[in-house]
Amino acid sequence: MVSKQLGTNETLTSFPDQSGHFGPYGGRFVSETLMAALDELTLAYDGLKTDPEFLAELGSDLEHYVGRASPLYLAQRLTDHAGGAKIWLKREDLNHTGAHKINNCIGQALLARHMGKPRIIAETGAGQHGVASATVAARFGLKCTVYMGSEDIQRQSLNVYRMKLLGAEVVPVTSGSRTLKDALNEAMRDWVTNVDDTHYIIGTVAGPHPYPMIVRDLQSVIGREARAQFARQHGGLPDAVMACVGGGSNAMGIFYPFLEDESVRLIGVEAAGDGIMTGRHAAPLTDGIVGVLHGNRTYLMQDRAGLISETHSVSAGLDYPGVGPEHAWLKDIERAEYVAVTDEEALGAFRQLNLLEGILPALESSHALAHAVEFAATLRKDQNIIVNLSGRGDKDIPTMAKIDGISIG
Amino acid sequence: MGRLTSTINAVQASAQKSLVAYIVAGDPHPDQTVDLMHALVAEGVDIIELGVPFTDPEAEGPVIQLAHERALVHQVTLTTVLAMVSAFRLEDAKTPVVLMGYLNPIEAMGYDVFAEQASLSGVDGLITVNLPPEEAGPLAIALQDKKIDPIYLLAPTTTDARAAAVCRASRGFVYYVSLKGTTGSGGLDIDAVCERVAHLKAQTTLPLFVGFGIKDGATAAPIAAVADGVVVGSAIVTLMGENQASPEALKLEVSELVRDIRTALNASNA
Repeated sequence: MVSKQLGTNETLTSFPDQSGHFGPYGGRFVSETLMAALDELTLAYDGLKTDPEFLAELGSDLEHYVGRASPLYLAQRLTDHAGGAKIWLKREDLNHTGAHKINNCIGQALLARHMGKPRIIAETGAGQHGVASATVAARFGLKCTVYMGSEDIQRQSLNVYRMKLLGAEVVPVTSGSRTLKDALNEAMRDWVTNVDDTHYIIGTVAGPHPYPMIVRDLQSVIGREARAQFARQHGGLPDAVMACVGGGSNAMGIFYPFLEDESVRLIGVEAAGDGIMTGRHAAPLTDGIVGVLHGNRTYLMQDRAGLISETHSVSAGLDYPGVGPEHAWLKDIERAEYVAVTDEEALGAFRQLNLLEGILPALESSHALAHAVEFAATLRKDQNIIVNLSGRGDKDIPTMAKIDGISIG
Repeated sequence: MGRLTSTINAVQASAQKSLVAYIVAGDPHPDQTVDLMHALVAEGVDIIELGVPFTDPEAEGPVIQLAHERALVHQVTLTTVLAMVSAFRLEDAKTPVVLMGYLNPIEAMGYDVFAEQASLSGVDGLITVNLPPEEAGPLAIALQDKKIDPIYLLAPTTTDARAAAVCRASRGFVYYVSLKGTTGSGGLDIDAVCERVAHLKAQTTLPLFVGFGIKDGATAAPIAAVADGVVVGSAIVTLMGENQASPEALKLEVSELVRDIRTALNASNA
């Protein structure tokens, strides 16, 4: 039983502790210059998270601007195809901007405004968090700079142009492996330099405390809705909840409101890239070592000397060597399970959902779908799985067309 | 008393200011590092700060990022860096060596193993850029057992309450990061730095060194007038990038830069 591993005053949802730790994970591993800004953010968030006015404003924007609640959809033909448990899709792809990322950005933009910071910065991999950040910057009249690895800029050109249309400055990052982790490094450097007037909107449940907590809280709207919708549309609780895990924000968002429902299996799906055995993957929970990167202690892809490894996934949004510290902890205490799905399997699921349900999923979400179909087949037909369909796949069309040898545009 | 403190005390006793030079171990090539360390000492550097290459040096500006990448091309790891310090110690038992790096390679080696190996190699101090005192407990204990000084950073954004805690945790000296930004950033406001340094010095008995943005004699001298020492990094590392093709030219240029700074420091304290 998981609860036996908790202290007397601890519950599964009482983390992080005061100093920002989830068991041995998380914390605040940053240069001294940022410590004051993190204290300021913690204080501001502590004051706002129960403030009725803030919550009302957040709720109103989530409803009227983002378009929440997102539907919980029973994918009948996909279910029939899998031949087991019913597969329900939490349609975060239907949010404004096309992914779950906006839930966090709206909340953090309100935070930035409250702290009197006129400028926001963000890192992005697939471009979804960058687009969401640029969007809220336009919505709230903030200046916005987005850092993006030059390799990702190439494979996600549609989102790059979209950010520019939204008035954001997109800065290509050419250091290191030129992907998401390097964009994060560069955003940290910007923040250290412009900390007085800038709020850094980290896009996932990683980074130094309080980010993993803030992003989780803001994304938890996904799980709260899904839990209530399932009870209403079906009754009771699902048997399993599934989501893809890169940094892990959509997974934490849907898992968190189910943490204390011990009958609900929580399954995170990482990117196995070319296959775990090849080493060319992005699955630190499946095949990583504990270490410290980007402000927190967590599982990392690294070599024996503690240098961070280059990762590989067809999905830019999962192409990251770390993972949110709460996932590391949920894995260790065995409250959540983590598996990995290859590029090939994810591409298969991507095509399948188009054909069977008329839904174009993001390549990231396709990882969760691939595992869901396989897993559903092992369950009874009266059982239920909720899959977080974290984003839509329009941005991935150029990648898919390239794989199919089709020239578009 | 460790080598770091006795060196700083000796410099202070002669009414001078400490000059710390930063290079990244293995940059531009691992074969040159020990030689460059000796050259720095020959031109009057009191303490050597040796950067440990890391894949994700998030606090560094572009100049030092490239130095990390140049060193990593040659597979320079923490183990390699400790071997370089051992090699340096064969000819120099006097000059303190402080490692500066990020936590993950130390975690990967293990705190106790690192402390033991670093001590055997002749390392005197450690600056871990992304490790504030709040998270440093277990590493600090391992270092203390091996008499390696943990050195923490103060920033322009550090509150007085935090500054007191940072100074309490530090040994050897405290490092004041003179500007909000990454290493090698420009636009140092010397008057503001001096004012802040004077304020911080009133709160600690530890020597206070200033780094980030000091690039020549003209920027070093006024800051050394109020601080106990200055750290020069990106200005030296820039030369590494420019002189990769010629180890001899590199040594000459680095020596010249360091000599100028040393001369300026001595003149302003005369």
